[in-house]
Amino acid sequence: MSTCTDNWEQVEAAAKMVLGEPIVDFIERCLAKPHPESQLIAVLHEVQSQFGYLSETHLDAVAQLMQVPAAKVVGVAGFYHFFRLKPRGKFMINVCIGTACYVKGAERVAQKIIEELGITWGETSTDGVFSLEGSRCLGTCGLAPVVMIDDEIHGEVTPDQVPALLEKYLKKARE
Amino acid sequence: MRNKKISLTIDETPLQVDAGTTIMHAAEQLGIRIPRLCYHPDLSLAGSCRVCIVDVKGMGYYMAACSSEVWEGMEVQTNSPEIRQARRDIVELLIDNHPMDCQTCERDGRCELQNLAYSLGVRARHFEGRRKRFPIELSSHSVVRDSEKCVLCGRCVRVCAEIQGVFNLSQHGRGFHTVVGPAHMKNMDDSVCIQCGQCINVCPTAAFVEKRGAGPVWDALADPEMHVVVQTAPSIRAAIGEGFGMPPGTPATGQMITALRRLGFDRVFDTDFGADLTIVEEAHEFLSRLQAATKGSDECRMMNDELASQQPQSRSIHHSSLITHHSPGPLPMITSCSPGWISFLEKFYPELIPHASTCRSPMSMLSALAKTYYAQKSDIDPKKIFMVAVMPCVAKKYEARRPEHFSADGMPYTDAVLTTRELIWMIKCYGIEFTKLPLGEFDNPLGTASGAGDLFGTTGGVMEATLRAASELITGKPADRLDYTEVRDVEGLRETYVAIGEHNIHVGVANGLTNAKILLDKIKAGEQFHVIEVMACPGGCVGGGGQPYPPEGVKVLDPDLLRRRASALYAIDGGKKLRKSYENPAIEEVYSSYLGGPGTERAYELLHTHYHAREPRGIR
Repeated sequence: MSTCTDNWEQVEAAAKMVLGEPIVDFIERCLAKPHPESQLIAVLHEVQSQFGYLSETHLDAVAQLMQVPAAKVVGVAGFYHFFRLKPRGKFMINVCIGTACYVKGAERVAQKIIEELGITWGETSTDGVFSLEGSRCLGTCGLAPVVMIDDEIHGEVTPDQVPALLEKYLKKARE
Repeated sequence: MRNKKISLTIDETPLQVDAGTTIMHAAEQLGIRIPRLCYHPDLSLAGSCRVCIVDVKGMGYYMAACSSEVWEGMEVQTNSPEIRQARRDIVELLIDNHPMDCQTCERDGRCELQNLAYSLGVRARHFEGRRKRFPIELSSHSVVRDSEKCVLCGRCVRVCAEIQGVFNLSQHGRGFHTVVGPAHMKNMDDSVCIQCGQCINVCPTAAFVEKRGAGPVWDALADPEMHVVVQTAPSIRAAIGEGFGMPPGTPATGQMITALRRLGFDRVFDTDFGADLTIVEEAHEFLSRLQAATKGSDECRMMNDELASQQPQSRSIHHSSLITHHSPGPLPMITSCSPGWISFLEKFYPELIPHASTCRSPMSMLSALAKTYYAQKSDIDPKKIFMVAVMPCVAKKYEARRPEHFSADGMPYTDAVLTTRELIWMIKCYGIEFTKLPLGEFDNPLGTASGAGDLFGTTGGVMEATLRAASELITGKPADRLDYTEVRDVEGLRETYVAIGEHNIHVGVANGLTNAKILLDKIKAGEQFHVIEVMACPGGCVGGGGQPYPPEGVKVLDPDLLRRRASALYAIDGGKKLRKSYENPAIEEVYSSYLGGPGTERAYELLHTHYHAREPRGIR
């Protein structure tokens, strides 16, 4: 009977290890504010900016340290489009599917990328190099259709150009 | 402000209601029942299904009656061809992607969605929607999740979070892809689920159902080599009649026993016997905890004097040694019969595990004795005994699979657990006309029980039975009272002081784990209690996750329904001559001829267990 049955110290230590000191400090500052549970989204933003996405272990750790049920944390993370639940690739491909790009054939370009990488919207290639997302207007309609890879803009892209374009970044990734 | 009255008309009938009343409740005062689906009086408002829409003059859209408060001069129309058409369309849209498998569905005939569609006049499917496809999730011993049948009413999410404080479920994703499940859509078995089954009770369809257990029972009954033994929990007799059209609260012990015999069970034992045994063990455990807690104090010396001065009475269980080899745990002692509660304790409050009574539940005590004491007494190989337990509870299915409830050589003490609903189905399947059956009686040696054992089926009952026993054990005198009405009634939380001898025993009773949390947090804050009873389900076992679905028009968890079931148990107890667990001759027999007395090493091995912290740790 004298054995300690409380596992909180281990659970807390594991959660802190997963999130790292800066996030743990951030959470502690949030918890000091009134209505700390309303800081959940702010904490999730912080975790995503640090790790690039929200993994199961990140979300469980946030749940424990904020004492918000894991089902709720995951429900919130999964509801908002901005939160990524899967790791993103080294390069983020953003295909503009705004009106101008769409009219100029963005869908066919996107289809080619999907075929080449074997992934669909919101996914990451198995080699971890590319993630694919769609964007609304990127403000460069004169160059439609536009594909943005990280911060670089590629204009007037045709489906035929896609393999060479991807190859360029694959080469970068290998370096 | 609170007493301010609002005047309005509903269907041209003027009425006055309190400010803050919803249109739905105002209409009920006129005897108008607006159709509803996601609404439940004990849960927070969701307003998501839109079935309860009404027409309010001057509004450009239909309002949800469940979540709209009345205002002065409001003119409400609950019925018109347009509203009925709109409600019908809403329900048609709810079923447009629903599997068309009513005839093979667990809830056929008892499905709220089916009843709603019928009563609103849905006679064809005009919208053929894209079907949702999800695998059936079978990982849990207790609860099966079938998301294809989910209509996203959110009642399971709310009961889990609000009544049980578990918050295992959430709606994940958006729009058409929304699905209900535990965090990360993990298997129920890998989640913080405590297996209580209240999600099954509140689900309007069959998106949550119990894990079926009847298959192996049918097989065993058909096997001439097997000696098939059944035990029935106290609350079964108070609820089983509902499955055969008897009014809620009708005790049906005798018919139930005869039905079980006709199904082919070789022996019909009473879990109440296990409950009596639990009481004797738990009262001794409580006494040793009380002694340990007061050791060195005057109170302790007095207690010891009291015990020393106790004249050995005629019954063997009174003067057995209280000394065990197991050091007593701290006060308060918390009851441990409810497996959903134990699961909650292990996941949410593991630091309080030492407070939980080490007594096995009545089911597991009886099963352990059936395969040892009864097997030996009847000269039957325990491996040939198939032990079936009929329980009001789906968590008992999980309890039976816990390795602590297996013998040292790997034999489960309980082979199969059936819910009340499953037994009702088996009886119907067999073609037994339940209401016409002659009344049977339980078999010995595990079938005689005191009225105290019956009380285990309702909230406060374990406490009342414990107080009956502890009172004699502490004072050494026959109990001057048997009824402890202050711990009765089905509301969620009671605290009181009970005078026993020189002691003022501080007791707490909670049902529904959100209520239990309040007591647990008080313990953690240092408040002094002596005994606490926790039952996971609202109303205790009478409101268990395996009990019959209520008749149409009665909400599940309805307090009146639970009270009527509980009143059946109080009536059984009150009508028995034998009302104290200590005076049960079958209990005296098992102690004198087999266990050697309460708290002995053998009693400890067969009647006690242990618990440990489990992950994932729940957020409380």
